[in-house]
Amino acid sequence: MSIKKIGKIKFGLLSPSEIRKISAVKIITAETYDKDGYPVEKGLMDQHLGVIDPGLVCKTCGGKVGECPGHFGHIELSAPVIHVGFAKLIAEILKSTCRRCGKLLLSEESKREYRDKLEHYKEMGLDTDEIIKNVIKESSNNKICPYCGEEQMVIKFEKPTNYREIDTNLEENKLSPADIRDRLEKVSNEDLELLGIDSENVRPEWMVLKVLPIPPVTVRPSITLESSQRSEDDLTHKLVDIIRINQRFQENKEIGAPQLIIEDLWELLQYHVTTFFDNETSGIPPARHRSGRALKTLSQRLKGKEGRFRGNLSGKRVNFSARAVISPDPNLRINEVGVPLKIAKELTIPVVVNKLNIDMIKKFLLRGNEYPGTNYVVKPNGERIKVTDKTKSELSDEIDLYWIIERHLIDGDIVLFNRQPSLHRISMMAHKVKILSGNTFRLNPAVCHPYNADFDGDEMNLHVPQSDEARAEADIIMGVDNNMISPKFGGPIIGGIHDHITGIFMLTKKGRRIDKNGVSYLLKGLTFDDGSVNLNKKSRDFEFFDLSSLDLFDNIDNGDDSKEEYLTGKQIFSIVLPETINLEYKAGTCQNCPVCKKMDCPNDAYVCIKNGNLLSGIIDEVGIGTFKGKILDTIIKEYGGDVGRHFLDNLTHLSINSISYFGFSFGIDDEDIPEAANKEIEEIIKDTRLEIDKNIISYDNHQLEPLPGRTLEETLEIRIMQLLSKARDMSGRVASKHLGIDNPGVIMAVSGARGSILNLTQMVACMGQQSVRGERISRGYDGRALPHFKKGDLSAEAKGFVKSNYKKGLSPTEFFFHAVGGREGLVDTAVRTSQSGYLQRRLINALQDLKVDEDRTVRGMDNVIVQFRYGEDGVDPMRSDYGESVDVKKIVNFIMGEE
Amino acid sequence: MISGKIIKRSDISKKIGELKEVLPAKLLKDLEDAIKDLDLDEDTFYKIIDIVTERYKKALVDPHEAVGTVAAQSIGEPGTQMTMRTFHYAGVAEINVTLGLPRLIEILDVRKKPATPIMTVKIEKELSDDRDFAKKLASDIERTTFKDIGSISTDLGSMEIIVDLDKESLERRGLTVDDILSKLGAGKKFNIHVDELQLKIIPGERSFKELHKLEEKLNNIVLKGIKEVTRVVIRKEGNEYVLYTEGSNLMDVMKIDGVDPHRTTTNNIKEIEEVLGIESARRAVINEITDTIGEQGLDVDIRHIMLIADVMTVDGELKSIGRHGVAGSKSSVLSRAAFEITTSNLLKSAVKGDVDELAGVVENIIVGIPVKVGTGNVKLTIKEENIN
Repeated sequence: MSIKKIGKIKFGLLSPSEIRKISAVKIITAETYDKDGYPVEKGLMDQHLGVIDPGLVCKTCGGKVGECPGHFGHIELSAPVIHVGFAKLIAEILKSTCRRCGKLLLSEESKREYRDKLEHYKEMGLDTDEIIKNVIKESSNNKICPYCGEEQMVIKFEKPTNYREIDTNLEENKLSPADIRDRLEKVSNEDLELLGIDSENVRPEWMVLKVLPIPPVTVRPSITLESSQRSEDDLTHKLVDIIRINQRFQENKEIGAPQLIIEDLWELLQYHVTTFFDNETSGIPPARHRSGRALKTLSQRLKGKEGRFRGNLSGKRVNFSARAVISPDPNLRINEVGVPLKIAKELTIPVVVNKLNIDMIKKFLLRGNEYPGTNYVVKPNGERIKVTDKTKSELSDEIDLYWIIERHLIDGDIVLFNRQPSLHRISMMAHKVKILSGNTFRLNPAVCHPYNADFDGDEMNLHVPQSDEARAEADIIMGVDNNMISPKFGGPIIGGIHDHITGIFMLTKKGRRIDKNGVSYLLKGLTFDDGSVNLNKKSRDFEFFDLSSLDLFDNIDNGDDSKEEYLTGKQIFSIVLPETINLEYKAGTCQNCPVCKKMDCPNDAYVCIKNGNLLSGIIDEVGIGTFKGKILDTIIKEYGGDVGRHFLDNLTHLSINSISYFGFSFGIDDEDIPEAANKEIEEIIKDTRLEIDKNIISYDNHQLEPLPGRTLEETLEIRIMQLLSKARDMSGRVASKHLGIDNPGVIMAVSGARGSILNLTQMVACMGQQSVRGERISRGYDGRALPHFKKGDLSAEAKGFVKSNYKKGLSPTEFFFHAVGGREGLVDTAVRTSQSGYLQRRLINALQDLKVDEDRTVRGMDNVIVQFRYGEDGVDPMRSDYGESVDVKKIVNFIMGEE
Repeated sequence: MISGKIIKRSDISKKIGELKEVLPAKLLKDLEDAIKDLDLDEDTFYKIIDIVTERYKKALVDPHEAVGTVAAQSIGEPGTQMTMRTFHYAGVAEINVTLGLPRLIEILDVRKKPATPIMTVKIEKELSDDRDFAKKLASDIERTTFKDIGSISTDLGSMEIIVDLDKESLERRGLTVDDILSKLGAGKKFNIHVDELQLKIIPGERSFKELHKLEEKLNNIVLKGIKEVTRVVIRKEGNEYVLYTEGSNLMDVMKIDGVDPHRTTTNNIKEIEEVLGIESARRAVINEITDTIGEQGLDVDIRHIMLIADVMTVDGELKSIGRHGVAGSKSSVLSRAAFEITTSNLLKSAVKGDVDELAGVVENIIVGIPVKVGTGNVKLTIKEENIN
């Protein structure tokens, strides 16, 4: 059997004769199963329509369950009905064609004109909707047929499926679907083209159904409940209704029932067919299940997020995947993922047996299900055999070339790792497997950022590529090493976080001296390509464990003959740097002095790296953090992702060692400030309150000068807000003065590891003004925010100023205000996620088909050129330097420095 | 140290100009800036050029790269981090501007009128440092109605409308009683009695209905300035005064004498398209998105934004991102069906006899064949004889 590939898909309508042709059986009875549980012949579950019961065989194709795709049947409707989906189009055709001769109500001349225009537009690949709209508009305004001279009547279309004709006496006549069908039959193919209908494949009378195709049973399988009762699918229910009414209609017609009854039944048939197509048609009540739930009919199956298109076709379920809670493990490399043994034994990789690997594979087979073993063996003929303790030895004897074994996941396998929502490409990256005990996926905390993951219960997914091509692509394109630079802005997206930064910050602090034992401790876990560590960057032969043999420690004389050997923290940091790196930048602690003292900076903020040695400056977020990470950025761009990854791995170890060596903790007593400082803060707040009172008084006396373009009230509010935020800032400054640079909180804030001075201020000094929509809190009760205050009270505390701090605790009113402000934030996030999610979906849909062509132009669908050169210079942002194609200055400096 | 012939500084730009075909203009300019003050010999010069060229070539995008998806993600992902609030302009209590996510959505939706339309009106260079002129210009632009220069009251007894003008306001707005009279065009349907700063307006037909109608009309009449502009704020930026307006009408403001039409702009993209054309609209989309994202302290490469602006403007008209714009006008049936309004799209396509060529991304996912983007578009295999 040759494999056929879908080339393109043409859409069209089925003609009644075609429906009959594809039909496997004509359905005449509404019964489904007989009392023995067998499908009734010519019933809705006829065995010609496919099989859903295991053991039965399809009477049309002879296939079993899973083999037979199902076959259509059909119902002959005893009266024609309108197809809801085309109701509006039918109305348009009726309006724009003659009621007698069926010709389009336009003169030959204008027809020709429109035809030429259409042809031209099609040639140009333009949208023809506008022309067709005009054709319909112009022709339906024509009151007299230019061909047969018949006077046209006004056609009134009543949703969903009724049409009325209003004659000259303003009398309304209902048009039956049969009448409509007759009229539509008269419309010529040439005229249809002008109405935008593909006349080669579509006839308008097909939109009035005489034959209804019955979907195969495989589309609407019945399920057997526990009580061995059958529960039918919604579609089947609907079809039962249609057949019943159809029969009744037929019977009544045959016995010659009165017109009224016939019409009622006709309408009922129309209702059922309408709801069969779309149960959410406006204007008619949805058909309901016995339980009162609206039925899910054809249209509902396709529509919406969980519909066929978005739920099953654009997004599919996959095999070879796993999901688990994640937890951190800084001992893993950043391109590794810790996989629980349990999962590794379920996920498999197919390996084709060849001459070279047959021995290895036999070992895998002999272990059976023992890890690392095999789950299944596939013979070249496609037969799958489960590997068990019983079969394993037999199989390992039998195994031969071109067999395939499905082996367990082992260390070093490439897998895709993903966290939802997958907002950008780096939400899914390729990692190397590391099998670990436990039940969670483990990852290095440095890769949290691209995934936007934390460990408060987040879960992530893992996918195992099954072919060599897939693995190669995953490794090269999606590997963590190769995705450390964000395509969003061309800077590092993976970098040190939290403790990494704190650790390095403490290590590289000015005056940090570490003795031999300390150095040993700090360097544990670090790896180097050749197994050596190069402490002074000159002697490459230096063996790591032989610290004492080397004369690289500086000495300090203690004065009393004893000497202490030490390395500075900066020297230790230099160990992880590549040997040739040169870099100068200003750290986050830079005070932006008018004249930069460069390497003599009193804040140690001038970072200078020469030939891989950190000469001055403290390493903080600006050096190794995500986004900013200057050192990281330079290493990745100059030396490649692999070196970058290695640097980050070593850095992780060094910083974790460092933070545990020096010790780091943050407790309630770290927020202690002297009583004097508290007094000072209180004084500041008191002064502010006085100032505010003064303002309020001058406002009451109408002495306040309004700001340009503002009312008096607004001016006062702005003034008070300014004063209060000044008060908080000032009290914060007092607090941080007393906390000192060695306070763990301050270290975290200053190094950029976590938190900010503002957070500290709120814990130690003063929470500050709580706000809703950028204004002081004023809603709540009449004229006041809380019943604790007087009406119209404009003072600080009545409108949400919290003068206490987290440590001291909040007063009841303050607590309440704080909750109000906090709530706004929560609401904001909730609204934002849904809005930005939709925006993202729209953006993706609009742009997904754009790609760079071989000729480097950017083209969209239909080969439309969108850009002649991507981004005007053809540069990939991911390979750029923060958006710049090449950092010319760096190169010039480098060359000039060499000269 | 320096060996070989030193290139004359004046020759550097000529030599760099020779590279026009190889390197983009921006890079050449950077290069010139970096070396124009250096003494370089030819070897060093070419060494630099070689490295720069090599680096540049390395930084190029690969063919078949799905740049569209990356651009969409790069704009969409920061959306989650943006605020929803409307802040004051530049921190000062002046004009309110929509910012953050709502503004981004507004730009991509191509709303006919943004929530807070604002014009930045620059003054012609030679007059731009004149504060008085700026003030005059502001009063020419700002909409002036009777409410701004006095009060209107209706005297039901004598069936007339009395307008009391405020002298100070009149002066501030640069208006005289005569100006107002000529604007009103007396004698049409009403008569006016002028008593210094008091206008008595008597409707031609003496009825309460007419009186009421007239009052309504008078309230809405624009005596001076541009109808849409409700407020003008003057700010000094560097050496020049710049006007910021609440409300936007670019066409009218550009016609006013003293306004520099080349540097005056609005934040209403649709209006820019109408007044200045599609190329300006593209630029405006880029600028507005860049500003919105930059204001939030987020960093997104300009190339992504350019791509989005280009997609919105390729057809010569501004199309929104969404079902009424770019996504809705795609030629692929399946792609449209997979986005929004599934069923009606399928029904329409059936009648039209549309053919889906399966050229795009979703279509191929739906059908279940590799997507023709990136490595999916490359047919590369090893020759069998090369496999050992």
